[in-house]
Amino acid sequence: MRLGTATRIALGTVTAVILAIVYIPLLVVLANSFSTSTSLSWPPPGFTLEWWARAFQSEGALDAISTSVVVAIVSTAVALVLGTLISLALQRFSFFGRDAVSLLVILPIALPGIITGIALNNFFRTILGVPLSIWTVVIAHATFCIVTVFNNVIARLRRMGINLEEASADLGAGVWTTFRLVTFPQLRSALLAGGLLAFALSFDEIIVTTFTAGSGVTTLPIFILNNMFRPNQAPIVAVIAVVLVVVSIVPIYLAQRLSGSEQTRR
Amino acid sequence: MTDHAAIRLTGLTKEFGALTAVDHIDLEIAAGEFFSMLGPSGSGKTTVLRLIAGFEQPTSGTVELFGADVTRSAPFDREVNTVFQDYALFPHMSVIDNVAYGLRVRGVGRAERRDRAMRALAAVRLEQFASRKPAQLSGGQRQRVALARATVVEPKVLLLDEPLGALDLKLREQMQVELKQLQRELGITFIFVTHDQEEALTLSDRIAVFHDGRIEQLGTPRELYERPASRFVADFVGTTNLFGAEHARTVLGRDGEFSVRPEKLSLSASAPTAVGVRSAAGTLVETIYLGSAIRRVIDLDDGPRISVLQRNDRAREEDDLRGDRVHVSWHDEDIVALVPPGG
Repeated sequence: MRLGTATRIALGTVTAVILAIVYIPLLVVLANSFSTSTSLSWPPPGFTLEWWARAFQSEGALDAISTSVVVAIVSTAVALVLGTLISLALQRFSFFGRDAVSLLVILPIALPGIITGIALNNFFRTILGVPLSIWTVVIAHATFCIVTVFNNVIARLRRMGINLEEASADLGAGVWTTFRLVTFPQLRSALLAGGLLAFALSFDEIIVTTFTAGSGVTTLPIFILNNMFRPNQAPIVAVIAVVLVVVSIVPIYLAQRLSGSEQTRR
Repeated sequence: MTDHAAIRLTGLTKEFGALTAVDHIDLEIAAGEFFSMLGPSGSGKTTVLRLIAGFEQPTSGTVELFGADVTRSAPFDREVNTVFQDYALFPHMSVIDNVAYGLRVRGVGRAERRDRAMRALAAVRLEQFASRKPAQLSGGQRQRVALARATVVEPKVLLLDEPLGALDLKLREQMQVELKQLQRELGITFIFVTHDQEEALTLSDRIAVFHDGRIEQLGTPRELYERPASRFVADFVGTTNLFGAEHARTVLGRDGEFSVRPEKLSLSASAPTAVGVRSAAGTLVETIYLGSAIRRVIDLDDGPRISVLQRNDRAREEDDLRGDRVHVSWHDEDIVALVPPGG
């Protein structure tokens, strides 16, 4: 497609402005993590590595990171198992209400986090009578992590068709053997992509977490929010923010490359 | 064929919603037979194959395998194996793992299954490709891997779903010979689904011609070609000249519908006088050079446009003149009476 010079310049400018708005603040955070100012003032008055050293010694920060990692890993694991099972059910079998179930599975990712948060908070405490803890956070995160796994796996199943599974059955393999030797190996990269996205989603989730975390359960985003405006903590928060950015970029980048290379290979 | 039928289908019917894909089929296929199911797409032949393999459940009727009713058995409990149209090789496994798959899921030990898979690969001349992935093979090679994978488990019946459809002409002809040889060596029943009538004629002991979910005619290739029972079979198997009721009366002097193959007709400049030979006059409208043969298209004075096939045994350029008056002659026994549709 060919565009006129004026159109090209206009579109280029818009794109540049949008990218600048998204990424310049991130660079400011990066700069602040090395700044000698304690209040995130701009421009940074001097350079120091003090905050980076303090951040990695701060017990609260390290605790928050490990809490977040545990929550993300467990809810991703739950999502991988349940998401795969739901995809298989919806793609390989037909049953009454299949379309409705399909919609109900995808819905949590579209629901406002605050609604999910309030609903789950209410459900856990007043209906189930379960005290909020790290496990209530895991369950809450799993509700939307399932969606990313589900979307990846069901797309793969659709593209794969039933031929390979029929060939496996034809050669004498039962349902479980077929899944283990044929279906699962075909799903592996879809599971990895879906799992990485789920991990990233869970790792920086804050709204649902706020409503479902028990007292004393502090995930990294909650830790940041709590410390943002406390004296002398702001630069440490900046350091953690930089770490978070890096930790989130890697899985998203890997997930994109995985699904991208799958597509070009086929 | 009594109790030794490899496959017996009784009243087999498969409906998909309002569509009846397979309509009360009764069929017996003998052990060791090379049997083809021939028909246009949508005629029900592939559905019959899938019913035999167990991928579909019939709406009614039964499937028997060597006398045992397998109608409700799962595909993995049936001693039949399938060569799929798109081969369905497992892309994440090497060639040898693909071939050994059926042995692996049956619990055959590693050394033995490797051995048997290598022998099956040798039978299709692919030993040197054992460690490749399917994506690294050509279409013809993939086809042979699919054959090796299906035969290594020694099925009693091998089902082949248009296995040569994706290959180019030269390769297809070569694979036809290999298939026929393989079937003789293994001595098992082959059930071959195809829409290519030439392929079916070349390979089969018997052919069932499918039309609208029913078997239109069942017979040896010779019977189907020489004595087609219906207009559909005459037209679908080979090319033919059809005479409807009106032209049958004016040209052939008989009542009914008739078919006559182009190569059974001959041409001459004047009316032939031999006993038992009848003829009709017409005008040559087209000459088509086919290499080994020459096809001539003639408008009969009293009848339809017909086609005559002549061997290309000498230079005939001098008769390539359009508009020439010619006589088309035939022996009465080469005229085949057809059963009218629905009759």
